[in-house]
Amino acid sequence: MTESSEPTEQPLDLLYSETEDDLRAAVRALLADRAGPQTLLGRIETDSPYVPGLWKSLAGDIGAAGLLVPEKLGGQGASHREAAVVLEELGRAVTPLPYLTSAVVATETLLALAGEGEAAAGLLAELASGRRVAVLAVPLSTAPGAEFPLAESVAGVPDAAAADVFLVPRADGLYAVPAEEATVEPQTPLDLTRPLARVTTEGGSGTRLAGPDAARTAVRRGLLAGAGLLASEQLGLAEWCLEETVRYTRERHQFNRPVGSFQALKHRMAQLWLDLVGARAAARAAADALATGSADAPLTVAVAQAYCSKVAVRAAEECVQLHGGIGMTWEHPAHLALKRAKSDQIALGSAGRHQDAIACLVGLEPPA
Amino acid sequence: MTDAEELRVLTRKLLEEHPPATTDRTDFLRARFDAGLAWVHYPVGLGGLDAPRALQAVVDAELAAAGAPDNDPRKIGIGLGMAAPTVLAHGTDEVKRRFLRPLWVGEEVWCQLFSEPGAGSDLAALATRAVRDGEDWVVDGQKVWTSSAHTARWAILIARTDPDAPKHRGITYFVCDMTDPGVEVRPLRQITGEAEFNEVFLTGVRIPDAHRLGEVGDGWRVAQTTLMNERVSIGGARIPREGGMIGKVATTWRERPELRTHDLHRRLLDHWVDAEVARLAGERLRQQLVAGRPGPEGSAMKLAFARLNQVISGLEVELLGDEGLLYGEWEMRRPELVDFTGRDAGYRYLRSKGNSIEGGTSEVLLNIVAERVLGLPPEPRNDKDVAWKDLAR
Repeated sequence: MTESSEPTEQPLDLLYSETEDDLRAAVRALLADRAGPQTLLGRIETDSPYVPGLWKSLAGDIGAAGLLVPEKLGGQGASHREAAVVLEELGRAVTPLPYLTSAVVATETLLALAGEGEAAAGLLAELASGRRVAVLAVPLSTAPGAEFPLAESVAGVPDAAAADVFLVPRADGLYAVPAEEATVEPQTPLDLTRPLARVTTEGGSGTRLAGPDAARTAVRRGLLAGAGLLASEQLGLAEWCLEETVRYTRERHQFNRPVGSFQALKHRMAQLWLDLVGARAAARAAADALATGSADAPLTVAVAQAYCSKVAVRAAEECVQLHGGIGMTWEHPAHLALKRAKSDQIALGSAGRHQDAIACLVGLEPPA
Repeated sequence: MTDAEELRVLTRKLLEEHPPATTDRTDFLRARFDAGLAWVHYPVGLGGLDAPRALQAVVDAELAAAGAPDNDPRKIGIGLGMAAPTVLAHGTDEVKRRFLRPLWVGEEVWCQLFSEPGAGSDLAALATRAVRDGEDWVVDGQKVWTSSAHTARWAILIARTDPDAPKHRGITYFVCDMTDPGVEVRPLRQITGEAEFNEVFLTGVRIPDAHRLGEVGDGWRVAQTTLMNERVSIGGARIPREGGMIGKVATTWRERPELRTHDLHRRLLDHWVDAEVARLAGERLRQQLVAGRPGPEGSAMKLAFARLNQVISGLEVELLGDEGLLYGEWEMRRPELVDFTGRDAGYRYLRSKGNSIEGGTSEVLLNIVAERVLGLPPEPRNDKDVAWKDLAR
């Protein structure tokens, strides 16, 4: 076969490396041991969904919190590809941990400011080690290219309950505000495994990390990395939903045969598998484009988000439906996945917002 | 003989002895076959050198750089992709020597007499009969969806030789001479107006027993060689962004702002994202193959592209509005090659309807994914141990 034309961009590496496979195995084992479905179902009835000590194990023992941070700043000096693998596993287990918020969005925001002064660099080292958790004080729904509030009080801030420090964008720049100087009022979230809160800070409180222009660029970079790697969380979640549904329908008998032998169900699961093949390629592409700092990253991230958020929701909805009545119960973890998937669909920009971004980037303008 | 450098030397020697500029195309291709540079992984004497398959690229690159003629693989795809591996695996030495060189050179075109009006997805239900008569077999029946039958010299054919056996067991595999007086080829006109395919009527066709591939009654297993090779070819080339059907409609969108509506914009972007993701998935599959870790994603690719081609070409007709009401031409043509993205939007729309049927329907492929990839239990089967002649038809 001959090639019709040469692609202009360098092809992305869409496979998993051996290091990534090892990292995945370590994270999966930790989560299976400490954060299984029954543990999570127990936790969501308490004040906090976070499993005590789990963050310390993931961040400290495995070193996952510092993957994006260069070694000279106290991190692991890995990349978005490895962080994406961690997020796939956190998505599979619908784990309540401030990984996306602190180890990705806040960390990437600070990385953009690492040249701006010692305050950002110092905070990065603490985040990388997992000793402290930082959360960017913008609503979870904020898309990478969207305007975000520069208010004293912001609702819908994810993982605020776990934060030691907030990164607060204000009109005159980005501030690091210690949690004890902020007011955190919990909201009741759709996704029980990713708590939301209203965060209120006083003007001028905290340490200024950067001026307005640098702050804006840094926040956008943080949100872009967050959106790109959220695709991997969605991929992992969808994968769990399909695997559980296949397992259940192989075992569950009705009409004297396993329900998974009925073509009406098989085709739905096969279709989901096809969607997952696409989601894996899209999520890997986004992670690799972010890791290499490709000029194509904004487009690749938007494509991954526009695609993977839909796949995760469909997988979770199919999981509930194909489990029949058991899928509707509080005891079965399917609802945790559904709530996470639906919440993830809004997080860091909806599919529609990402499609608008794509239209702009590839010159498919809307009607005048 | 496995070394890339040795292959390079042999290729240059071929080019020196048969300069492409002054050598007849067929003569050059014959010489290339005889030098073992046709398909290097084939045996010595049969167009190859028993070299690793991957080294073919070394030869191809040298020849392309020298402007050597190629054997036009798209036109002889059935021979190369399906007949040749089957002949190689199941033919006698004499059969291999007789058929492989003219097949590869393209002097003899091949077609495939498998599908029948009553046996499409359920291929093993085929009803074409072959009855032994002395040293020959006498074949009667009807085949359908046969590409290249009107240009083919030879065909690979499966026919029923034992109606009393269950359907998978009473089948035998033959090489059929398309010039036999009992072979009648009729163009089968399609919804596009053209006739890519044919119906083939077989009436008292005589096939010498020497042209049987594999044992009598073992034709289903031989056919698996053919069908598995049909599915191997996916995922070779790297596709650029907007490389397929989506590029056509995106170009129209950019060039014709007066056609734009908000509804079409939303759908165009849905499809653009799906097409880009399918392209990335194809690229990922390609990288897996290169890394020696092939996955089951190939069947996903065919399903995805079938659906995408259909929805995107449908949108394109709609986008064109008044022009979408028109069609290029309905005059019956007999194209030598299928051109999926060529011609006009109406043609693309109609032709893409075949993408979810040809080469395995999407419904059958979904069953294969469900059972072989996901491990879901098979459908109950009531035809497994029943004699073919007792099956409902």
